[in-house]
Amino acid sequence: MNVSITVNGVRHEDEVEPRLLLVHYLRDVLRLTGTNIGCDTSSCGACTILLDGQSVKSCTVLTAQADGTELTTIEGLAATDGTLHPVQQAFHTEHGLQCGYCTPGMVMAITSLLRENPHPTEHQVRHGLEGNLCRCTGYHNIVKAALTAAEAGAGAFR
Amino acid sequence: MSILGTRVLRREDPKFLTVGGTYTDDLVIDGAAHVTYVHSPYAHARITGVDLEAARQAPGVLAVISGADVELAVIDPPMVGMLPAAMGRRALALDVVRFVGEAVAAIVTEERYQGPDAAELVVIDYDPLPVVVDPEESLAGSTLLFPDLGSNVSFDMRSPATDGFFDGCEVVVRQRMVNQRVAPCPLETRSAAARWGSDGRLTFWSSNQHAHGVKARLVGIYGLPEEQVHVINPDVGGGFGAKIGATPEEMLLPWLATRVGRPVRWVETRSESMTGLGHGRGQVQVAEIGGSRDGTVEAYRMTVIQDSGAYADMGAILPFMTKAMLPGVYRFPRQECATVSVVTNTTPMTAYRGAGRPEAAAAVERMMDLFADEIDVDPAEVRRRNFIPADAFPFATPSGSTYDTGEYEKALELALATAGYADLRAEQAARRASGDRIQLGIGVSTYVEVTGGAGFKEFAGVEVLADGRAVVRTGTSPHGQGHVTAWSMLVSAQTGIPMERIDVVHSDTDLVPRGEGTMGSRSLQQGGAAVHVATLEVVDRARQLAANLLEASPDDVVVDTVNGRLHVAGSPTSAKTWAELAEAAAADGGLGAEVDLPAQGTTYPFGAHVAVVEVDTETGKVTVRRLIAVDDAGRILNPLLVDGQVHGGLAQGIAQALLEEVRYDTDGNPLTANLADYTFVSAAELPSFERVAMETPTPLNVLGAKGIGESGTIGSTPAVQNAVVDAVSHLGIRHIDMPTTPERVWRAIANATGKERA
Repeated sequence: MNVSITVNGVRHEDEVEPRLLLVHYLRDVLRLTGTNIGCDTSSCGACTILLDGQSVKSCTVLTAQADGTELTTIEGLAATDGTLHPVQQAFHTEHGLQCGYCTPGMVMAITSLLRENPHPTEHQVRHGLEGNLCRCTGYHNIVKAALTAAEAGAGAFR
Repeated sequence: MSILGTRVLRREDPKFLTVGGTYTDDLVIDGAAHVTYVHSPYAHARITGVDLEAARQAPGVLAVISGADVELAVIDPPMVGMLPAAMGRRALALDVVRFVGEAVAAIVTEERYQGPDAAELVVIDYDPLPVVVDPEESLAGSTLLFPDLGSNVSFDMRSPATDGFFDGCEVVVRQRMVNQRVAPCPLETRSAAARWGSDGRLTFWSSNQHAHGVKARLVGIYGLPEEQVHVINPDVGGGFGAKIGATPEEMLLPWLATRVGRPVRWVETRSESMTGLGHGRGQVQVAEIGGSRDGTVEAYRMTVIQDSGAYADMGAILPFMTKAMLPGVYRFPRQECATVSVVTNTTPMTAYRGAGRPEAAAAVERMMDLFADEIDVDPAEVRRRNFIPADAFPFATPSGSTYDTGEYEKALELALATAGYADLRAEQAARRASGDRIQLGIGVSTYVEVTGGAGFKEFAGVEVLADGRAVVRTGTSPHGQGHVTAWSMLVSAQTGIPMERIDVVHSDTDLVPRGEGTMGSRSLQQGGAAVHVATLEVVDRARQLAANLLEASPDDVVVDTVNGRLHVAGSPTSAKTWAELAEAAAADGGLGAEVDLPAQGTTYPFGAHVAVVEVDTETGKVTVRRLIAVDDAGRILNPLLVDGQVHGGLAQGIAQALLEEVRYDTDGNPLTANLADYTFVSAAELPSFERVAMETPTPLNVLGAKGIGESGTIGSTPAVQNAVVDAVSHLGIRHIDMPTTPERVWRAIANATGKERA
C-alpha cells in the first residue's frame, strides 16, 4: 500500500507492506537508524518517537497507521543549525547516557512528557518514564536530565 | 591544574544524542541477506525428524539448514581445558536439544520479514526426554543431559568438609540461600554480520565486549590464518558481561555467508535474547557461620551448587570467583568453600555484572546479619568487630586472594553517617512500637571485590600525527563506559593536546593489533594505565626531539600542558608544537609509542552500602527509600564516569534483590522470556542514589586506579536484601530469599504471624 508520511519535516511517499512496522519503515526504508529496537512487547521504549507531537512506541504502530501523520525522530529534534534541544543538552551535561541505545527513545519520551507537564516532580518523571528501560544508568542521571531540561524550559520548546 | 580527576563531559555524547549510535544492525552492508534461527520449543528432547522443504519454497528464501547440514566442528567451551569438551555446544543442535531456545535450524532470506514467515514452515519432530531444571536435582543425577559422561557435573571444586570446623564456637548459624538466575538484558540484543571478501578474507561485525576474543574464536572454528579475519565491534548497546563470548548463532554466520554466496546479517529479537544471550548468577548456597557471643566470627563455610545451564560455558566457572571472594571484608580465622557446577535444561549461564563476586558478597553479608541477629548485636557493630584492619594490607586471605589496599571501617562509618544510622534506628523503633503498617528496614553491606584479572597485558598505542592531532589505539572495547573521553583525558593531561584533537580507536582488529577487551572492571587500571605509559614514552621522545631542535638538553625541556607545546624551561617563547615535533620525527618512524603493559596484580575495590526500605506489612510490597553508597575504586580519573558506572550497578543490584528473576516451570518452559514477563527494573522502582566519594589508591598501577564497573551491583544487592529482612525481623523473620517480591515478603509475614489462610 502507499503511504505519505512527513518525517522530521520531509515528506516521504512509499509503497509498503501492510504489516510493516513503523520502526522498520524508519530504520530500513528511510535509513533513520537513530530509533532503536530493544524488545518485541512494547515494553522498553527504545523506539519512542513523536507522532503528531505525541510520544508513541514505533514498534507498536503499523506504517499504514502513520499515513498522513507528521513524525519526529531523534534525528529531527535538534535545531537545523545544530543547536541541541534542551532535553538533548541536559542528557549531555547530566551524563544521562552511557551505551546510547535507549537514549533516542528516552529523549523523545521526556520531550513529550515535558510538553504535557512542563514542571514535573521527580516522582512524576520516574513514573512517566516507566515505559522506557535503560540498563546502564540506573535512571539516576536520566531523571536528573529530565528535571534539568524542565528547568531550562524544554516543555515550551518546539 | 590537571584535568585528571575532574568532571569532564563525554565526547561520545553528541552522536548518540542527535542521530543515534551505529550499532551492528544499523550498518549498511551491501547485498546482505537476513538470517533467522528456529529454536527448540522443548527443554530436552531427541530430534527424530527434520523437514525443511516447505520452508525452502517460501518467498525470498535462499537457504534453510539444520544441524545435520553443518559440518562445522563442535563449538568448544571457551575455557579450554577447564570444562568438559563433551559439554560443548554445536552451532545447531544435531540430535538432542537441551534447552528451550536452542537453535535447531537457520534460514537465510532476501528480506527481514521473510525469515519468520519461512520459520513457520520448518517441521521438526521431537521425542521429549525427561527434564531437569533444578540444579540440586541435577546434582542428584537421575536425569542426565550428557549420558555418556555419567554425570551432570560441569565444573567441580568440591572438597570434604573439615571435621570439627565449628568446634569452640558459641553460636553457629546455618542458612540455605538461593542467589537467583537473572537476565543481563543489555538494551541492544545480540547482532552480527559476516562478509567474505573476494580475497577470501572474512569481515565480521558483532555486538561484543572483546573484538580480539571474537577473532580468536573465528580463527579457531574456521581454521583461518589470523590475517584473514577482521572483526569489528561497532557501537555496542550494553554488555554487562553477557557479550564477552561468541555464541553459536553468531559463529555460524560466516558459514551461512559461504552457503548463500553473500554477506549475511542477524539480529535477535528480545524474546530470542531472553533464552539465547545467557543468564547470570544461579547459585544454591548453604552457608554456616560460627563465632562467639561477643561478635567475633571464628569460622565460615559455604557449599555452592552453580547452575551452569544446558552447556558448560562461562557460567560453569563462576564459583571460581565466589570462592576467591568468600570471606569478603572480614578476617575469619577459619573458612572453607566447596562448589560444584551442574548442567540443567535451561539457557546456558554466563557472566553478568560481578560474575561470581556478587554471589560471595550476598552470602557473607546475609550471614553476618544472621549472626548479628542471633547474638543480638547491631549488624554494623558485628561488621566492625570482624573487619580486616586498615593496617593489615596487603592482606592474604585464606582463600588465596591478596587484597591490595582497603579501609573498610572508614567506608562503613562514612555510609552510616551519611545515612543518619542512629536516627533511622530510632525511627524504626518508633514504627515498631506503634505497630505501623509500613515498617522501616535498614540494611548494611560492606564488600570487597576483585577487579582487573591477573595475567593480562593490555595494548596501547599513542601517536602524534603531522597535523598535531593524536591517535590512541586501545585493546579495551568500550560499550558505554566512556573510554574515548577517559583515554583522551589521559593523553591530553601529559601532552597538552586538546581532547578534541585526540582520536581514540578501538574494537577493530585491523586497527588495533591486540586487546583483551572490556570486562571484569579492568579497563582503566589496565587499558588506561597502558595509554598513560605509552603517552609518557611519547612525551620522552618529544622532549628529545625538542632538545635537538632547540639545541638544549632533554632534561631541560618541559611540556607546556596548557598550550600543548614543548620548550626549554624558562624560555616559553621558543616552543615547539606537537605538529612540528611529529614532522621532525617523520623521517625516523614518527612520533609514537606502543606498549603491552602487564597487570601487576588484581585490585580490590571496596565499599559500604546502606539501604533504607519500607515494607507494607499488609501487602508485602517493598519500596526502596534511600540507597547510600560508598564505593572506593582507588584514584578517580573522571568522577562523572564513575558516578554513571555506580548508578547502573546499584540499579542492577537493587533489581536482583527486589524484582528480577528468570523462572522456568518444571518442564523447562521459560516463564520470563520477554520484557513483558521479566520484571526489568524501571525508573519507577528506584530512588535517586546518594553517592559518597572515597579514594584509597592502589600501588598496583601507575594510575592508582581500581575497577568500578561492578561494585555498585555487588554492594547494593545484600544491602537491600538485608534491609527487607530487617524491616520484618521483629516479627521473627530471619531470612527471605531474593527476589524479595511482595508475594515472598507477604508469605514470610503471614507464616511468622500465623495469619496465612491456606
